[in-house]
Amino acid sequence: MSGLAGIDPIAVAAALIVASTPILLAAIGELVAERAGVLNLGVEGMMILGAVVGFAAAVATGDVWLGLLAAAAGGAALAALFALLVLGLLANQVATGLALTMFGLGLSALIGQGYIGVRPPPAGRLDLPGLTDLPVAGRLLFAHDVLVYAGLALVAGVWAFLRYTRAGLILRAVGESHDAAHALGFGVRRVRAAAVVFGGACAGLGGAHLSLVRVPQWTEGMTAGAGWIALALVVFASWRPWRVLLGAWLFGGIAVLQLNLQAAGVKIPVEYLAMSPYVVTIVVLVIISADRTRAALNAPAALGRPFHAAG
Amino acid sequence: MTAGPPLLEVEGITKAYPGVVANAGVSFAIRHGAVHALLGENGAGKSTLVKIIYGLVRPDAGRMRLAGAPYAPASPAAARAAGVAMVFQHFSLFEALTVAENVALGMERPPPMRRLTARIRAVSGAYGLPLDPDRPVADLSAGERQRVEIVRCLLQEPRLLIMDEPTSVLTPQEVEILFGTLRRIAAEGTSILYISHKLEEIILLCESATILRGGKVVAGCDPRQRAARELAEMMVGRLIAPAARAAAPGGAPVLEVAGLSLPPAGPHGRALREVGLTVAAGEILGIGGVAGNGQDELLAALSGERRAAAAAVRLDGRPIGALGPAARRAAGLCAAPEERLGHAAAPDMTLTENALLTGAVRERLVRRGMIDWRAARAFAARVVAAFDVRTPGTEVPARALSGGNLQKFVIGREILQRPRALVVNQPTWGVDAAAAATIRQALIDLAAGGAAVVVISQDLDELLELAHRFAALNEGRLSAARPVEGLTLREIGLMLGGAHGMQAARPEAGRLAHDPA
Amino acid sequence: MIRLERRPAPSAFWTAGTPVLAVALTMVAGGVMFAMLGKDPVATIRTIFWDPLFSPQYAAFSRPQLLVKAGPLILIATGLALGFRAGIWNIGAEGQYIVGAICGAAVGLAFYPLGGWYIFPLMVLAGGLGGWAWAMIPALLKVRFGTSEILVSLMLVYVAEKIVAAMAVGRLRNPEASGFPGSRNLARYPAASNPELIPGTGLHWGVVAAFLAVAVIWLVLARHRLGFQARLAGLAPRAARFAGVSPGRLTLACMGLSGALAGLAGLFEVAGPAGQIRIDFGSGYGFTAIIVAFLGRLHPAGILLAGFLMALTYIGGEIAQFVIGLPAAAIQAFQGMLLFFLLGLDLAANYRLRLGRRAAA
Repeated sequence: MSGLAGIDPIAVAAALIVASTPILLAAIGELVAERAGVLNLGVEGMMILGAVVGFAAAVATGDVWLGLLAAAAGGAALAALFALLVLGLLANQVATGLALTMFGLGLSALIGQGYIGVRPPPAGRLDLPGLTDLPVAGRLLFAHDVLVYAGLALVAGVWAFLRYTRAGLILRAVGESHDAAHALGFGVRRVRAAAVVFGGACAGLGGAHLSLVRVPQWTEGMTAGAGWIALALVVFASWRPWRVLLGAWLFGGIAVLQLNLQAAGVKIPVEYLAMSPYVVTIVVLVIISADRTRAALNAPAALGRPFHAAG
Repeated sequence: MTAGPPLLEVEGITKAYPGVVANAGVSFAIRHGAVHALLGENGAGKSTLVKIIYGLVRPDAGRMRLAGAPYAPASPAAARAAGVAMVFQHFSLFEALTVAENVALGMERPPPMRRLTARIRAVSGAYGLPLDPDRPVADLSAGERQRVEIVRCLLQEPRLLIMDEPTSVLTPQEVEILFGTLRRIAAEGTSILYISHKLEEIILLCESATILRGGKVVAGCDPRQRAARELAEMMVGRLIAPAARAAAPGGAPVLEVAGLSLPPAGPHGRALREVGLTVAAGEILGIGGVAGNGQDELLAALSGERRAAAAAVRLDGRPIGALGPAARRAAGLCAAPEERLGHAAAPDMTLTENALLTGAVRERLVRRGMIDWRAARAFAARVVAAFDVRTPGTEVPARALSGGNLQKFVIGREILQRPRALVVNQPTWGVDAAAAATIRQALIDLAAGGAAVVVISQDLDELLELAHRFAALNEGRLSAARPVEGLTLREIGLMLGGAHGMQAARPEAGRLAHDPA
Repeated sequence: MIRLERRPAPSAFWTAGTPVLAVALTMVAGGVMFAMLGKDPVATIRTIFWDPLFSPQYAAFSRPQLLVKAGPLILIATGLALGFRAGIWNIGAEGQYIVGAICGAAVGLAFYPLGGWYIFPLMVLAGGLGGWAWAMIPALLKVRFGTSEILVSLMLVYVAEKIVAAMAVGRLRNPEASGFPGSRNLARYPAASNPELIPGTGLHWGVVAAFLAVAVIWLVLARHRLGFQARLAGLAPRAARFAGVSPGRLTLACMGLSGALAGLAGLFEVAGPAGQIRIDFGSGYGFTAIIVAFLGRLHPAGILLAGFLMALTYIGGEIAQFVIGLPAAAIQAFQGMLLFFLLGLDLAANYRLRLGRRAAA
């Protein structure tokens, strides 16, 4: 293979959907937490903990489903720790998020020691007889693992939840003004804790998709910044669920494209291709934030602000 | 009004916070369908009492009965379920959400959105409070926001409606409409607990009153039978001499603003449009206006936090519009913004550090980049001494001071720098009467000494007491200034733009206001 | 029922006491973790915190390592502390550290094999400038477009890691190393090396720079306008603008300073202890320095102590790895835990815990 000619567009598009799933899952979870007014910078840590816990559980039980469940629980547990520190003990959100990431990276490396080079049980594809065999759409849309569909369902679910349910309305209200929400008698901390834990579970699932489906293998630090890209994605999406999906595909596309270019032997050093997702993230962030009034209008007004009810 | 058991009975309510007893054995009763006033100074314990009735705070001792049954709400939801609704002083609204969403949040079991939207239209129309349910609250004026709160309460068909300082954000015309609405609600059998420190309103609206001072009930009376002066004495406990204003001077212009326009700073901000004003040496210019009409923006544009064209702001003829805050202070223009904690002062910094915050330039507290802490401490101590700031010392954080003491410190810090011109926003907001009197007198003295003073305030009484000339801010525009002598309340109302958005209101509202129910 | 009550003023006792308590609690929690890994918790803690300093077997080797490891941590953390106080979150110090090393090494290698007193100072300058420039990217984007400096500075860590890998196999590769990745060893090029100044102490120019940075930042925080402005901006951003602090200029100053110090740390490392640009030059100092900054309560004196403590966990961790087979990752988790405890306990300085309800007054 040489040059771009060797790249199969349908394979790329299908790979894009798979590649975008980890950051999609993590980002939609973080979106919910941020809409409730909490900025959790520990997505990377929750993701990688989910990756290793899910991997270990799947290997131990031989069941991918149990692995995914464990991954969600692992991410949620770390998120609960964040909630305890930030909501219960009023710790600084930025610093606690960083601590979460550092702790998650260390703990995951520790748990993962015995799993390097191990093969996980195969993740079942959700083949739909008939549909999967369709010429183009079959490979593109109907030949993926369950998490890919779960990710799409989650986006739709979160969108509907925020837009149409009372609980979603309360969550948005808490993220908009915790003082007003408190005055109306809503449990600000309870709502936020629930949102943060949900975000952690999603991030854990995203990590597990990496280690169990996409790679599938466990390597130390395998998320390689995906959690941070997910955080950027939420900003990129202006805190709207469907735009998260769009952004995830964009970043998934770049990841797949640079891998394909590497494989195709394009005359650019591998390292420069490999840095492209991070550079693109920066560029996208700049473009989004350049329009300041719009960025400010969409951000939850209480995002990152600590809440302490007096009296 | 019907005789019989009262709707709400409050007996011996006591609530203490570290360092203060907010309520001490408070007892009173509200009859069915009555408009009952809770009168008291800032800090008299009104807010705590209301929070207890609304279930936000639990009392340390005492009990309440609602319509004869024991009433001890554990949460606002429980209070609402029992038929108690509340309109907050600082609106409990969510800017980014629509009117209908905001209303839904305040209800226990809201109907589906479409039905709720229709009901909001119906109820708001019936009470003369027109509202568009689909508009985001961020787009509404202060008066319209209050309507959202009231409609939210009315939809729950409450037995008791609590109004916490509802007129502080309204123009006189809007106040008349509000009173019309409240009388009508009361006539339909809903009792109203009306919290205020404005005596005229209470005399006009309420048929019974409970007066709080220092957390205790000092009197209960029928306010319609009392003179405002009598009520004031009961509320304050002593007579406070009104500040003595010097005669209008004829000095040379010191502060001149011309054609000052600025775009809004944020998505919910207000633009300044072609603002122009002139203040002479020795003169106090009062700027009134309903909250959110550009007061913060005007202060920022004068303090230098927001810059404009150089010629837009002149001090003694020198263009300073393009300078930042430090350079403007150096030139002689000082300012004190409305928000004490977080804007005028850093809450977690000591008084010394807060003295340095604006005093660095004029008091020479920084030399070649290095801070002279001893001089800063001395300056802070001078402010504390000159303005009778009650504090254990200069090394305590600003947030440890009471509102009145911190405000005296903030205003004193600017006045002791001997500015050529001083701009203050809401100088006595939330401040006890004694501190307010001190601050007003200090502003008058500063002007008498030859400085130009601009007082931005939402308290019309304060402006009429202090200012030589009066101008009004409305939607970022400043009216032409007029001499205060001979200005009537009605004229001021028109200057404030009292008509905005109120045309659709009921025509008879104005008549009702002068016609006790 | 436990209630939180805001203290009128932060407690001085708890401000100084929380880091000590956090370290103690981390040792307990770490001990539990070590026990779960099948190690004797007491022996492991002793190996990490005691043996590097006092064991007759290891101390001779590990004591000098203390300065070698603490130097870059302290140098980076003092720079970060100023920005963190101002609410400016440069969390990409690792990237600035790497770029500083690349720039400094590139200057040194450009002179190879010339001699000259001026070469090392030029490298120092290039290292500082490299780190400064790398930090200016998020700083300028923040000032000009309002882009989050947290995300941009962090993304640039990954970019810097890729660049250093490219350099190690590309432009800076040692031409005499028959195709192996990695640059020439600067430690063996006297004009460009950062040697041990007093044999057996581990003291090198980077450590000297770290001590200097501690002194200077201390002075800046206590007496200089910049330090006051940084604290003010962090505690009350609106009041800072009212006081005349320009948020943009403050961002540029804090980011630039922390970037330059991180770049210097990278240069001193590559010219001294590390010796060469390698594919995996990034060693995590830039991230650990964040823990050091918080553990030191964003105060230079505290950072000095915290830097040594954290260096101790690195060295002790290596010994524990070697002697009792403690996984390297356990130390990383241990460090993360420390930050957790510290942040959780921070509360005690500003709030009082009260049990039960207050009796009626």
